[in-house]
Amino acid sequence: MTLCQLFLQPDAAYACISELGELGIVQFRDLNPNVNSFQRKFVNEVRRCEEMERKLRFLETEIKKDELPIYDPEDNPDAPKPREMIDLEATFEKLDHELKEINTNADALLRNFNELTELKHNLQMTQGFFDEAQAHPVGVLEDMAGEREIELGGQTTATAGMKLGFITGVIPRERMVTFERMLWRVCRGNVFVKQADIPDLIEDPLTGEKVHKTVFVVFFQGEQLKNRVQKICEGFRANIYPCPENPHERRELAMGVMTRLDDLTVVLSQTQDHRQRVLAATSRNLRTWQIKVKKIKAIYHTMNMFNNDVARKCFIAECWAPVSELDRIQLALRKGSEASGGGTVSSVLNRMITREQPPTHHKLNKFTQGFQNLVDAYGVATYREINPMPFVLITFPFLFAVMFGDAGHGLIVSVFALWMVIKERSLKDKWRTQEVWTIFFGGRYIILLMGLFSIYTGLIYNDVFSKSLNIFGSSWRVKFGDEILNRRDIDTVQLEPTPYNYSGTREYQQMYSGTPYPFGLDPIWQVSENKITFTNSVKMKFAIIIGIIQMGFGVFLSLWNHLHFNHRYAIYLEFLPQIIFLACIFFYLIILIFYKWTHFDGLVSTQAPSLLIQLINMILLSYPTEPESSRTFYSGQRGVQTALIIFAVICIPWMLLGKPIYRIIMNKRRANYSTVTNHTENAEHEIDEQTHENESTKKVEMSEVWVEQGIHTIEYFLGCISHTASYLRLWALSLAHAQLSEVLWQMVLHIGLSTNGYAGSILTFLVFMPWSCLTVFILLLMEGLSAFLHALRLHWVEFQSKFYKGEGYPFIPFSFRLLLDEVPIEG
Amino acid sequence: MEKFAIALIFFTVFWGLIGVVLPFLIPKGPNRRLIQTMLILTSACCWLFWLCFYLHQWNPLFGPLLTTTDARILRELWSTDF
Repeated sequence: MTLCQLFLQPDAAYACISELGELGIVQFRDLNPNVNSFQRKFVNEVRRCEEMERKLRFLETEIKKDELPIYDPEDNPDAPKPREMIDLEATFEKLDHELKEINTNADALLRNFNELTELKHNLQMTQGFFDEAQAHPVGVLEDMAGEREIELGGQTTATAGMKLGFITGVIPRERMVTFERMLWRVCRGNVFVKQADIPDLIEDPLTGEKVHKTVFVVFFQGEQLKNRVQKICEGFRANIYPCPENPHERRELAMGVMTRLDDLTVVLSQTQDHRQRVLAATSRNLRTWQIKVKKIKAIYHTMNMFNNDVARKCFIAECWAPVSELDRIQLALRKGSEASGGGTVSSVLNRMITREQPPTHHKLNKFTQGFQNLVDAYGVATYREINPMPFVLITFPFLFAVMFGDAGHGLIVSVFALWMVIKERSLKDKWRTQEVWTIFFGGRYIILLMGLFSIYTGLIYNDVFSKSLNIFGSSWRVKFGDEILNRRDIDTVQLEPTPYNYSGTREYQQMYSGTPYPFGLDPIWQVSENKITFTNSVKMKFAIIIGIIQMGFGVFLSLWNHLHFNHRYAIYLEFLPQIIFLACIFFYLIILIFYKWTHFDGLVSTQAPSLLIQLINMILLSYPTEPESSRTFYSGQRGVQTALIIFAVICIPWMLLGKPIYRIIMNKRRANYSTVTNHTENAEHEIDEQTHENESTKKVEMSEVWVEQGIHTIEYFLGCISHTASYLRLWALSLAHAQLSEVLWQMVLHIGLSTNGYAGSILTFLVFMPWSCLTVFILLLMEGLSAFLHALRLHWVEFQSKFYKGEGYPFIPFSFRLLLDEVPIEG
Repeated sequence: MEKFAIALIFFTVFWGLIGVVLPFLIPKGPNRRLIQTMLILTSACCWLFWLCFYLHQWNPLFGPLLTTTDARILRELWSTDF
């Protein structure tokens, strides 16, 4: 990683940045950090881009409203040139304007259409009223209190009092009852209301919803009542329509309304067609435009970070770039300069030397990306530090599998992951908004490896949905006679573990063949009562062994780091004490485990050493003779263990004091050089070397060094013991998983499998559903998540604390591909 | 003793092929080192796991505890010869 300076010609700048964006391997630094974003050079262009994006968003919502499909572009459109930007803007402006016009027109037309529809119904209904009234004049007259008469068919009947007026209108059906009641109360019963329901659903002109409406006619006498009725109609938001009193006029009005309605329907449908056409044409190009606008905006954002050198009339940019890619960057710059009409002076790339810590860049592909994310979640690697990812790639799924260990469950997980991997392309853009899915999909390779390793560990644990497979034939046989097995007073028998006749008597029966089951756990343990006691022992031992080996591996990786950074002193003062301590106590423990496995069998089982007690006694330097399992079990054990303890204890002050004393000596030497030598150049040389080694340009505070070293020492030595014990979670979780699996089988599936006959088959069918649901949700998802978390913790804390600093910052290149992937285009 | 060695040799050779011989046969490419690391680690972990379980069962300190019913079933199912 190197810091580069780019000198770009103003005309070529845009094209060069576009090329670099396509390439995606440089990270630009902001050279104007103190400048407000509104005062930057290209703020106008950015504003224009945002305008364009807003218009595109509007177009997209309109397209979505009509449910038209949006086509994805097959290839990657290039960032358009600055001149093309103006064309794009004009196109968008035109489309935007056109669509807005169509929309307002359509709205107005629709409103008109609805009003006319209501009017049509209104006229129809009132026509009905008046015809009815004409047919039954007596009944109507009897309804009226007083001498008033209704106007019938246009003939005004002279009345003793005033003329009757009426108001017709349309009101939503729900409001009709309250409307009538209000009218009755307010007008003190002096109005007459007739109503009829409109059978079709009408779209209300104001709200746009389709509701049931009722036509009403209110008859009243006098101005006062008229005002009151009108006010009530307004209050209830009934739409009032004028209705001519003359039946002729009514008929003419009705016909006029029908013709206008027909015309409007035609116009409306034409407007809709026009809108569809415009949107269809847009939908084909929408995505391409969106990508282009995004690219333009990104380029201008980047150019805002440049320094505009007025004197030399060029842009100065600073960027981080990997050293191995410098050729490709030069090529891209040349392409950009040529594309923009190649001036005489092309853009220049200049490497700069700097003391700043560069960003950390790892070359990744789609397989390793997931694992790198796991590591980076804890901390991005310090620049040039060793990357634990290649090791985590295998050890993480393996430790997960040790905790998950069931071949059947592993098979299901593998199949799921395999599906995701095989269908990668088509699944990549689906369900982008579902975060849970994107997490699973992003980790598909991790899940695949976890599943495959789980199948392997499941076969070794001999656990397939809590049942064992007997592929090679068990190493155990039951050789008890009937006289023992038929006894009523015993429930259990224990098979003889010693494979040879140790007692020399006839009663001995060899029940164990002497050769262990070739692959994994013997199937007899699945059906025995003391399975857990047996498996606990082997799982705990394995957990400790793999834990110590992983920690030792971590310490060796720190050696690699020291070698790379050329910290010779750290090798002698940190690595050596660490590895000696680990070896003396914990590698010795591993040796003891293997010794116990190979040198003690069923005959001497009572004398077999308890490794835990032996370890404690070793540290306490006590060697009791009483409980048989605490006795020394090989000659010279006292001496060997005492020596190991002494070596281990020496390591503690070695690590605690070594580095600070070294620092003190270095400081003194530096002080001596600067005072003794008269040639300042020499001094600078020496000082430069020292500072280069010590990574600091100023004198280090000694108290800080002591404290830091003290912390590191305590952390390491206490950590060794606590982390070793922490690895026992591998045993604990695998036990939990096995037991849960067994419970599910015994309590759920067994119900169906143990019933006989046809009822049994139906019951099995029914019972399978809860069994499989519980398996998936509890065992696969919950246990899987739990094992994932614990395996991750083991890596982050127990493994990486031995060598990983994780104090870097990631390399985020200016890349169009990253930009477009980041924001999921809703589709 | 000999029968015990058969499985030991077989699996050691199997994982040894995968972890020691196969890395040399990976063609040159950008992922060569990564694949080599993966093979070595996989074979080491898997072999160690198998070995621990195999060694633990070689000299068992106690035998399986069976219910008398299960013992009778197994005696019939598996007969009494190894």
